[in-house]
Amino acid sequence: MARGISVKALAVLAAITLVAAACTRDEQPDEGDQTTTEQGDTGGGGQQQQESLLDVVRSRGTVVCGVNDTVPGFGFLTAEGSIEGFDIDFCKAIAAGVLGDPAAHELVPVTADERFNSLRAGQYDVLVRNTTWTSSRDGSEGVAFTHVNFYDGQAMMVRAGEFAEVADMDGTTVCVTAGTTTELNLADYAQQLGIQIDALVLQSNDDILPAFEAGRCDGWTSDSSQLAGLRSEFEELLGDLEILPDVMSKEPLGPAVLDGDSAWYDAVSWVVKGLILAEELGVTSENVDEEAANPSNPQIGNLLGAPTEEGAPFDPGLGLEPDFMVAVLQAVGNYGEIFERHVGANTPLGLERGLNALWTEGGLHYAPPFR
Amino acid sequence: MADAAAVEPARPPFWRNVRVLRFLGQVGFVVLTVLVLRELYLNLAFGLRRQGLDLSFDFLRQRAGFGIIEGISYSPNQSYVRALQVGLVNTLRAAAVGIVVATVFGLIMGVARLSPNWLIRKIAQVYVEVFRNTPLAVQLVFWYFAVVLTLPVIEGGFSLGDFAFLSNRGAAIPWPRAGPSFGTWGAFLLAGVALGAGVWVVRTRAFDRTGRPHHRVLLSLAVLVAVAAAGYVVSGDPVELDVPESTGRGYTGGFQMSPEYAGLLIALVMYTGAFIAEIVRGSILAVSRGQKEAAEALGLSPAQQLRFVVLPQAMRIAIPPLNSQYLNLTKNTSLAILIGYPELVFVGRTIANQAGRATQVLLVWMGAYLVLSLSISFLMNLVNRAVTRRGEGR
Repeated sequence: MARGISVKALAVLAAITLVAAACTRDEQPDEGDQTTTEQGDTGGGGQQQQESLLDVVRSRGTVVCGVNDTVPGFGFLTAEGSIEGFDIDFCKAIAAGVLGDPAAHELVPVTADERFNSLRAGQYDVLVRNTTWTSSRDGSEGVAFTHVNFYDGQAMMVRAGEFAEVADMDGTTVCVTAGTTTELNLADYAQQLGIQIDALVLQSNDDILPAFEAGRCDGWTSDSSQLAGLRSEFEELLGDLEILPDVMSKEPLGPAVLDGDSAWYDAVSWVVKGLILAEELGVTSENVDEEAANPSNPQIGNLLGAPTEEGAPFDPGLGLEPDFMVAVLQAVGNYGEIFERHVGANTPLGLERGLNALWTEGGLHYAPPFR
Repeated sequence: MADAAAVEPARPPFWRNVRVLRFLGQVGFVVLTVLVLRELYLNLAFGLRRQGLDLSFDFLRQRAGFGIIEGISYSPNQSYVRALQVGLVNTLRAAAVGIVVATVFGLIMGVARLSPNWLIRKIAQVYVEVFRNTPLAVQLVFWYFAVVLTLPVIEGGFSLGDFAFLSNRGAAIPWPRAGPSFGTWGAFLLAGVALGAGVWVVRTRAFDRTGRPHHRVLLSLAVLVAVAAAGYVVSGDPVELDVPESTGRGYTGGFQMSPEYAGLLIALVMYTGAFIAEIVRGSILAVSRGQKEAAEALGLSPAQQLRFVVLPQAMRIAIPPLNSQYLNLTKNTSLAILIGYPELVFVGRTIANQAGRATQVLLVWMGAYLVLSLSISFLMNLVNRAVTRRGEGR
């Protein structure tokens, strides 16, 4: 009897183990080559081919963008309750390029600190949130930057007249946003100048505002474009502000997607490149319809996927409609139009094109050709 | 049937044998746990591999590169490990001071809630209800942004004759600092403590023998102070006063408290103090009325009744729930991220972000808080055992 018990017990135990093991075996990932990523809750892997976000986005019917809602001019929650800005127009452009409808987008505001985690967790398809392209973000964060949409540099904003340059700021406290390259640049720059600057790190510009207003910080450091926006928005509240001449770092900003999904990467990347190329070729939201019907040169014809005399339009095979740039340009205009609309000379930010001019005009924006 | 049972009691079949069932239950549970853990680990490893990330901790030796506004000595050229140490010490600094102050404050408020004075009782009650029933995150933001930061700016800050300062850049007070002859005085101090302890023992024995008042606290303190004072004169100014100065942008020297630390400490003390007040009140009420009446009959004053009869018994009841509050306070220090106080979670988040190693940082956090919490529980269990009556409980 006693032996019977133990034998049966062992058998039961073995059965449980086997069944449980078999259950988990099914969900084992294949080794290696799971290069594409998935969206949503399709479970822990599975045998079927994972589909590209491009297809997921098409079947869902909307593009979800992770954005900033605290930087005037780039992504800012307006009093009317909508988020507007330079980066937001790129989200609209991606929606227009992929789905043909600029309204088919959803905006998810996210903090600097959480942006990569949320992108990896699939909370949005593309991160368009004034994010600096760096080697370790490419390498360790599991994200891929598509194309630079804004060449920025870190600057320092102070109350007017207090300091002439950052070198005068020894022993001061400076407010910084958490989880940004800014934190690192500030430490490096202070070290380089041989001065001591304490960084008070808060979660977002909305938290820094009251601290700066109360006089807890002597300076506010961020990308110069952001500071220009903040100055225009809050100068009434904070009194006269001054952006010091120091440029502390290179900050190339651009949309980022998950690593390993080349179809989606290409789609986002070429929408941005198309916007820049459109400016170079002189295609605007005004003349895009004419140019699409009757391109004034073959390059424009390629960009807009206009029908040729032989019939078939040029299709680069990006998995997008041949004329995807028509919808994009109708929706937001070319790169220059987006720039002028949100951050250019006639906006409260009043930024010069500077580095953000086309390469033909002494700037850095240079898009590969549509060929 | 009955006869057979009398000869040899029928053994139930194995599936109804309680011992076997218990054994199988345990085995099943272990197998299940192992499988769940294995599945979680594989899922994690799979997810990380898919994104080309690994689980190695080597990156912690890389240069941190970011500044930390306060804490033990640190420079951006040191490693992530050092940055985490700075964060951990800042967590401990907030938790340890918070626990002590919250306990004292909660004790006062808990006793006040039972005061016969209507005003005192109501003030304590309003305090408890307000702070116990609003979220800590809200309170923290309130204390920092609406109270601490609205202190005057540094140029117009309060100062006490150039010795102590208070503004929204922080507070600074003079603080003693060891001078060159501190070692000599230290020896005198040790001797004073030893002598004082000797007097204590002698007086206690005398009291036990004769029953005359021992005055041991007074006498041993007097001996200690006398020896220390003599040593101070002999060794010649062993302690210097470090007087803070204002640089116009901050303070140097003395003992300083940053606005962020102050905001966090106030919030933690006010919040946890409200819970501790309730624990104290409940524990006092749980001491049988007869105890107080007996103390009264012996002619003890109300203060003596509380000190010698009620509180010692209430303490025993209060310790287990107090332990939970201490753990809560320690873990709640992590909310400091809202106001920029660089404790462990704050520093960890910066590292996770800069180095792109969220999983490893999560594991570091979990390990650190686990060790912290278990240490506090361990200490509280020791206290609990010390105050438990002999023969009571286990």
